[in-house]
Amino acid sequence: MAATKTSKEQKYDRQLRLWGDHGQESLENAHVCLINATATGTEILKNLVLPGIGAFTIVDGHKVSGEDVGNNFFLSNNSIGKNRAQSATELLQELNTDVSGNFVEEAPDKLLDNDPEFFHRFSLVVGVQLPESTCLRLGAVLWNASVPFLVCRTYGLTGYMRLVVREHTVVESHPDNMLEDLRLDQPFPELKKHIESYDLDNMEKKDHSHTPWIIVIAKHLEKWRSEHDSQLPKNYKEKEAFRELLRQGILKKDNGVPEDEENFDEAIKNVNTALNPTKISSAVKDLFNGEQCNNITAQTPSFWVIARAVREFVREEGRGCLPVRGTIPDMIADSQKFIKLQNIYREKAMQDAAVVSKHVESLLQSVGKPTESIAEQEIKLFCKNAAFLRVVRCRSLAEEYSAETFNRDEITSCMDNPDSEMVLYLLLRSIDRFYQQHSRYPGVYNYQVEDDISKLKVCVNSLLQEYGLSVSVKDDYVHEFCRCGAAEPHTVAAFLGGSAAQEVIKVITRQFVPFNNTFIYNAMAQTSATLQL
Amino acid sequence: MAEGDEPMVVNGGSGDQCDWDGRWDHVTKFLERPGPFTHPDFEPSTEALQFLLDTCKILVIGAGGLGCELLKDLALSGFRHIHVVDMDTIDVSNLNRQFLFRPKDVGRPKADVAADFINIRVPGCCVVPHFTKIQDFDEAFYRQFHIIVCGLDSIIARRWMNGMLMSLLVYEDGNLDPSSIIPLIDGGTEGFKGNARVILPGMTACIDCTLELYPPQINFPMCTIASMPRLPEHCVEYVRVLLWPKEKPFGDGVGLDGDDPEHIQWVFVKSQERAAEYSITGVTYRLTQGVVKRIIPAVASTNAVIAACCATEVFKIASSAYIPLNNYLVFNDVDGLYTCTFEAERKENCSACSQVPQDLQFPSCAKLQEVLDYLTESPSLQMKSPAITATLEGKNRTLYLQTVVSIEERTRQNLSKTLKELGLSDGQELAVADVTTPQTVLFKLHLSS
Repeated sequence: MAATKTSKEQKYDRQLRLWGDHGQESLENAHVCLINATATGTEILKNLVLPGIGAFTIVDGHKVSGEDVGNNFFLSNNSIGKNRAQSATELLQELNTDVSGNFVEEAPDKLLDNDPEFFHRFSLVVGVQLPESTCLRLGAVLWNASVPFLVCRTYGLTGYMRLVVREHTVVESHPDNMLEDLRLDQPFPELKKHIESYDLDNMEKKDHSHTPWIIVIAKHLEKWRSEHDSQLPKNYKEKEAFRELLRQGILKKDNGVPEDEENFDEAIKNVNTALNPTKISSAVKDLFNGEQCNNITAQTPSFWVIARAVREFVREEGRGCLPVRGTIPDMIADSQKFIKLQNIYREKAMQDAAVVSKHVESLLQSVGKPTESIAEQEIKLFCKNAAFLRVVRCRSLAEEYSAETFNRDEITSCMDNPDSEMVLYLLLRSIDRFYQQHSRYPGVYNYQVEDDISKLKVCVNSLLQEYGLSVSVKDDYVHEFCRCGAAEPHTVAAFLGGSAAQEVIKVITRQFVPFNNTFIYNAMAQTSATLQL
Repeated sequence: MAEGDEPMVVNGGSGDQCDWDGRWDHVTKFLERPGPFTHPDFEPSTEALQFLLDTCKILVIGAGGLGCELLKDLALSGFRHIHVVDMDTIDVSNLNRQFLFRPKDVGRPKADVAADFINIRVPGCCVVPHFTKIQDFDEAFYRQFHIIVCGLDSIIARRWMNGMLMSLLVYEDGNLDPSSIIPLIDGGTEGFKGNARVILPGMTACIDCTLELYPPQINFPMCTIASMPRLPEHCVEYVRVLLWPKEKPFGDGVGLDGDDPEHIQWVFVKSQERAAEYSITGVTYRLTQGVVKRIIPAVASTNAVIAACCATEVFKIASSAYIPLNNYLVFNDVDGLYTCTFEAERKENCSACSQVPQDLQFPSCAKLQEVLDYLTESPSLQMKSPAITATLEGKNRTLYLQTVVSIEERTRQNLSKTLKELGLSDGQELAVADVTTPQTVLFKLHLSS
């Protein structure tokens, strides 16, 4: 282990503790495209440049206006009139010399006309403050090229994000609350043997009090099962009775008063979860039953090859269970007992992973690929996280916008509450229509506000009619969306900047789980919602 | 904006009119136009912007992860008179998120560097830095601000700030004078989680009202550290807590400095030895440093989100443009993005804001140590090193004080004396001072026989 840390390791220390060196490597190999260096755009980039994204390219055909400089930390007033892409690149680049900043002084529509494949080189494209037509055009190109697309928008005190990615698999989802994988309901042979090596009834107090609670529960469970037809305690009553059994197992002093045995206290606390039958979540089951798992070809990504291998393991050697995870929580115990027990689980995990590897090997062989194409380390990581695998599949923009496939149910059920964040989505769609009709956004100048309210209302109604939606949009929101005059207040842009950047990082590092697929932030009420559209 | 116009000449410094066309357009729409969601007090006007630019005074506490973001957000929202307080200097590990700092700034005071950067990047903005502890300022300093925003990394400091604003409240005939209220916006982050809250001292839930929301810091039990390590963390704690004081590797009286790579290296090597003794795997340099410094992982994105929430609230309160958050927001983007907004309730007998005298119930044969334990362990008080004084025989007597060595030595014996032995009577007032509050807390002692 290196004693001195490189300056990069020092600089990134606080984030390396979240996504590890391998996550950082993915980040440093990524190249993100930002379209439009407005405040929202530069705030997103800032939060990617600081953690060390490999490279960014800003695509923007606009010139810097006085208004732009006012809300954008990465434009200065001596760049007014100059190319916005270039000006923003300079000040963003300056944040982190590890990052490579580039710019293209071109409107995205022009690029789509002349060179749509321009966008294929990117790990992900972020489109900010895009008019609807550009957004849909770009969406189609990126969908076909399988390049992830994140659409972001700040409109007054509304923030909007839309993730468009065909299929995003996550091995390291890092769930906040995870159930342990202890196999107490069906101890594997090595665990069983280890449990047998303990004789609780004939132990010195010191040993008795420092026996891991896993063993304590396992021993008492044997007793319970022998008296209950091999069944586990199932309901509250039975679990309570089992706890009582544990209490009885506590050593007593000569006067009958129970000793202070913290390990038994721990055992009692853990009865609720430790006795649950080991099972595979429906989410993971669905994953195994998916198409990708069924049809393994030479093009199948490694995620699905390993998933298929694990599926086969589950059906054969695993006898319905996933590979053992191999970790146990800390617990009151002396070092020796704990380490020994921990190693039992660790070794079993390694064994199971090795079996899965064999399955991976034969799958690869069957499609003519070398064994080396999937690293041992990747298989081990997969097995360790098998219970938490996630897949995110977003609908395309085309599906969201089409009158045939738009998500009517989601819209109507949300709008049961007329103040739901869904109303902000409907207003955003409406102001896009307004723009198409009037070539401007509503209420930009003071004198326009009053008249634009009724014009915007027309747009709202035509939107609802086109989609056959019988929801009511409160006048207050129509008014507000005129009042804000398409302003991009910095604090709302900054909120989106942080939110969006982290979603980009999730997609690039394949760690943690991205949202699916629309996020709305209401800065007036300080609420948010995730909608699937 | 006509093309080809020269941008207006910019004069730095406070008060000068250095704006250019359209500069505040993204802000003025919310100040000059009526709207359906504005605060009842809101009146659209062109003077509102001037108030923000020229008059409104904001105090930002902390110039770190949240502080840098807050300064930027406020400056770009029209606030010009901003003070920032931070007692720290810049470290390399700050650079992944504290974007006002560069490698060349390492070692310099955060407040100074942050203020310089903002004042140059945002012409006309006048951030005044203070390289000090918040405790070094008194009421007179804090009273000058319209709104105070905290981006702190310590609960103790938050509580102190909270207590300071409580001490500024003026009550007339039991009625709170609203002009004595300084709103406190507080933000906190940890990894991918964060929270933002709006506190109106004397009116809404304060920091101490919701103290139980903060989980107490978990320290490993001593027997685990000393004789039964199981995790790599236990090995590091053993070296930090037991081995270092014994071996004094860098000399007598030289304490372990988590920022000194040589110190960490020493701890690392010793931790590995300890781990090898017990067949424990997993001790790395990174883990060692994390345990010694109690490092909390941090990224730019979470700080950006929480600071933005806080700054939005500052804007709302300063302008009445919208109704402020009432009063607590929680954020988590581990799995998708999650926010939860709720109204934290005031605690009826909150020791910081309720004006209700605090009660202590003890049998007269209880030892002073028990009172001390209660003050530190009670989830609603969570004091750190309380100093207890009482008026006995007309004189102010210190019963126990920990923070001054000579007084600690002198008063230590009182801990094993009973309350009766110390001469305390039923109904007596005890005054308790602690780092968690700028004012002493008065407790009424109820003794039972």
